Amino acid sequence: MNTILSQYKTTAINDVNVWFKAGAVSDFFENGGGCIKYKGKQIAVFNFSRTKQWFACQNVCPHKMEMVLSRGMLGDDKGVPKVACPLHKKTFSLETGENLNGDLDAIATYPVKIEAENVYIGFSE
Amino acid sequence: MKTIIVVGNGMVGYKFCEKFVVQSKSKDFKIVVFGEEPRPAYDRVHLSEFFENQDAKALEMAPAEWYKENNIDLIVDERVSEINRKSKVITTAKDREFSYDYLVLATGSSAFVPPIKGVEKEGVFVYRTIEDLEGMLSYAAKLKAKNPNARAAVLGGGLLGLEAGKAVMDMGLEPHIVEFASKLMPRQLDSRSSSVLQLKLESIGLNIHLNKATNQILGDDSIIGMEFGEDDILDVEMLVVSAGIRPRDELGKVSGLEMGVRGGIVVNNKMQTSDPTIFAIGEVALYNQMIYGLVAPGYDMADVAVNQIIGNTEKLMPAEIDMSTKLKLIGVDVASFGEPFMPASKGHSVIFENKTQHLYKRINVSLDGKSLLGGILVGDASDYNMLHQVFLNGMPIPEDAAQLILPATEGGAFGSALDLPDEAQICSCENVSKGQICGAIKDGSCEDLAGVISLTKASTSCGGCKPMVTDLVNETLKSLGKTVKNVICEHFDYSRQELYGIIKAKKLTSYNEVLDSCGSGHGCETCKPLVSSIFASLYNVTPNKEDVTQDTNDKFLANIQRNGTYSVVPRIAGGEITPEGLIVLGKIGAKYNLYTKITGGARIDFFGAQLNDLPAIWKELIDNGFESGHAYGKSLRTVKSCVGSTWCRYGLDESVSFAIELENRYKGLRSPHKIKGGVSGCIRECAEARGKDFGIIAVEGGWNLYVGGNGGATPRHAQLLAEQIDNETVIKYLDRYLMYYIQTAAPLMRTAAWLDKLEGGIEQLKKVVIDDSLSIVEDLEKEMQFLVDAYECEWKQAIENEETKKRFQHFVNSDDRDDNLVFVPLRDQKMPEHWKN
Ligand code: SRM
Ligand SMILES: Cc1cc2nc3c(=O)[nH]c(=O)nc-3n(C[C@H](O)[C@H](O)[C@H](O)COP(=O)(O)OP(=O)(O)OC[C@H]3O[C@@H](n4cnc5c(N)ncnc54)[C@H](O)[C@@H]3O)c2cc1C
Ligand code: SF4
Ligand code: FES
Repeated sequence: MNTILSQYKTTAINDVNVWFKAGAVSDFFENGGGCIKYKGKQIAVFNFSRTKQWFACQNVCPHKMEMVLSRGMLGDDKGVPKVACPLHKKTFSLETGENLNGDLDAIATYPVKIEAENVYIGFSE
Repeated sequence: MKTIIVVGNGMVGYKFCEKFVVQSKSKDFKIVVFGEEPRPAYDRVHLSEFFENQDAKALEMAPAEWYKENNIDLIVDERVSEINRKSKVITTAKDREFSYDYLVLATGSSAFVPPIKGVEKEGVFVYRTIEDLEGMLSYAAKLKAKNPNARAAVLGGGLLGLEAGKAVMDMGLEPHIVEFASKLMPRQLDSRSSSVLQLKLESIGLNIHLNKATNQILGDDSIIGMEFGEDDILDVEMLVVSAGIRPRDELGKVSGLEMGVRGGIVVNNKMQTSDPTIFAIGEVALYNQMIYGLVAPGYDMADVAVNQIIGNTEKLMPAEIDMSTKLKLIGVDVASFGEPFMPASKGHSVIFENKTQHLYKRINVSLDGKSLLGGILVGDASDYNMLHQVFLNGMPIPEDAAQLILPATEGGAFGSALDLPDEAQICSCENVSKGQICGAIKDGSCEDLAGVISLTKASTSCGGCKPMVTDLVNETLKSLGKTVKNVICEHFDYSRQELYGIIKAKKLTSYNEVLDSCGSGHGCETCKPLVSSIFASLYNVTPNKEDVTQDTNDKFLANIQRNGTYSVVPRIAGGEITPEGLIVLGKIGAKYNLYTKITGGARIDFFGAQLNDLPAIWKELIDNGFESGHAYGKSLRTVKSCVGSTWCRYGLDESVSFAIELENRYKGLRSPHKIKGGVSGCIRECAEARGKDFGIIAVEGGWNLYVGGNGGATPRHAQLLAEQIDNETVIKYLDRYLMYYIQTAAPLMRTAAWLDKLEGGIEQLKKVVIDDSLSIVEDLEKEMQFLVDAYECEWKQAIENEETKKRFQHFVNSDDRDDNLVFVPLRDQKMPEHWKN
């Protein structure tokens, strides 16, 4: 139905065929997010430095379909790392993509790896 | 598979569907619902809230998708016009036919309009649906445009009539209540309580006319008055009829179901009509010879009908139905329960009356003095829930029954809510017992109030039992040794005020420090902005220092808009701007193609700026002498001014100069919620100063200082703090007042709500601010002066620092812009494309 959403599919680490270099670690704010462009897609990348974890997900919020999630705030919900959309504060698990405070569709998440101070996002194509 | 057709998608018809979905897990039933109104069922009980925001969606019982997800066909805007009981088929007004196995009639009722000559005239309304309210609103607006002092009457001084009276008053019309009986709320109140209520209502501006039988409605096409007797005329230009309800029983009549003599479809205690496959529930059903005009009995009926249809035939409607009610007239407490009037032969009454404070309490006690039979509360119904429970559960009462209503004794006469029996029904709308509420906490399925509410649905309907549910949850948690506190979120076990104290005492300066020293976990969108706001209030650091813990608007120093673009609001202190300044703004707006508007705060707002452009736009503004307007922060917004004695022939002082001085003094000040000010040059009040958090009005001999005003969702006039004071004293008192508010208010609490909650109210505030009863004013002044001196324009900081500029890139790995944005033309400007979902 929705052409924007259909571009974003959760990618498991085993399905990764391309590790795309998103930038240097220092390009991403500590405990903050940034958005990268990959083949016309917008991907939000989070540097959760407080827990030394990195996450990536679609930048589009499934609530109103705006490209804003990378500008959201990081946090945790009973230990589950999450991001809160800046527009209406819907929150999403960064591990599973699940909407934690509502029943929106889950967002797509992507694996991230750090090598030699560079940030790579895994895509299947 | 069997088909159930529900006719009527009102509160009770919806509740039937909801209960059906929860209780029947089987796939053997298909539900089809018809509603005559153009939208899915909404909360009629809270209909008056529509006046506040005109947001019909907010009243929805469930969105249209809910029906779809639960496999219910919802057909709105289509009336069912006939039932063929033999072939079990209904026909709709659009001539479509549908067959049913079971039919549930939930057609509710309509407002009763007495056959008075002239009621068909324009300007006469009833009060039942959203469309009625829309009609009233637009008519009232038309009237007021012609005559700002237009008057409106409500016919009927019952529960609903008074609510309608408040509504017309809030619409800005002069309100009149016309009642046929010799007292208000004749069905619920005795004469004494009714006259106390009358006094109270008159004191808030309602005009009340009792003993009035309306002969005719005057006017040519539209109403201009009501005539009661010869020479007894009330001039009004609008009328809301609220004279009772009539069941919408047409379908029962045309299909030959058994009917009551005065209307209503007769049902038995299974909610079956005289045709066993047809059920009737809610306000159309005549049960025990009665139409119950309240939602709680309707919800019980829905529950019985669901159970009967799915085969739990032992579920029956109780013979006795509790009709206790608490009026939700904003600002006036009224409640009656059990037997409100009682003949002396059946028991004794204990009455407490204090007309000076508009208080009346009456309880009726059995002759042996052992049980509570009913009562009435006017002016203060805070004990209603407890008294109601004592009555419902036949609980023992103190030997001196007067203790139940006398002004609070130490510890109160009731003891704890936990003393109630487990079966005690706490939420009558959703039928939730004390046992279910406490049990949910005890067995660990819920940890807090929010959990209990979402599990049991208690207090989600009329909300009247919320205080009691809260008490029960808190008491149960306490009894389990868990502490209950008004805490910020799962990461901090403190209130905002406590955390403010800790951060100040320990001199903490970064979010992680605070989390590590007195919180747990990794934070969230509630505590991060809160801590940032405390830092700002303590040290006046700007959001640039730790942008990742700021709310999104603070982080980007701009308000995010519906499509993810931003607005730009430079400060225009006091609303004063030079022609040259205006030209600069015009040029910048044109250069970046920004939608431009004058705001309600008397300054200029540019909308639709893309993230990437914000630094460049601000650089141009700053180079031309502008600075941040802090429109995005919980901080001082504007100090609105009128032109004052500089030009105005009535002005008593220079309001613009003073507004500019105050705006510049407090600019950048971070606070629990935003702060707005106003300065008017005389009591004509063109700056609307009394609608602001602080308002100053020039009078002979100085300024009057008002505090705690609010526009917004809950408008409030500010209250007088000090009279005839000079400029210096205004600033001194303002420093103290604002700082005291900043230190003690809960997060996102405006000054009006804070002052409401402050024990002792404005008198207490005067003591603190003027008489220094807490010996803190010296500190408050010093802290404020520190903040004033520490001010820096955060946009200036942002554009001067290369590192912060990175924040305003849409992409980390490209200089491209967001190509997802779509603008459409609007008049001579542009706007974002509408949301599609
Ligand atoms: C632009 C403006 C409407 C306009 O086109 O005129 C506006 C726009 C917004 N208002 Fe307002 N309010 C504007 C004047 C007002 C006024 C009138 C006034 O200030 O005299 C009021 C009522 C007075 C009052 O505040 O007491 C007002 C009461 C609100 C409220 C309700 C506050 C309350 O206590 O109930 C909110 C919601 C909130 O703050 O939580 C709000 C929130 C908002 C937000 C910030 C909503 C948001 O988060 O996106 C809007 C975005 C502004 C932006 O992007 O710049 N706005 N808002 C006005 C900007 C004034 C300015 O120059 O700064
Ligand atoms: C302003 C106001 C305030 C109130 N406050 C309170 C309160 O504080 N406490 C309280 O307990 N109660 C209150 N009530 C009463 C409460 O709203 C009603 O008891 C409740 O709405 C009854 O629900 P119902 O489903 O039986 O009827 P309704 O909510 O009237 O729903 C019936 C629906 O059926 C539709 N319908 C009728 N005939 C047909 C047909 N042939 N085909 C298709 N659709 C049809 C109607 O259009 C309507 O939408 C208030 C009512 C009003 C108007
Ligand atoms: S500008 Fe204010 S009143 Fe208008 S829609 Fe936004 S928040 Fe509501
Ligand atoms: S657009 Fe993300 S929460 Fe509304």
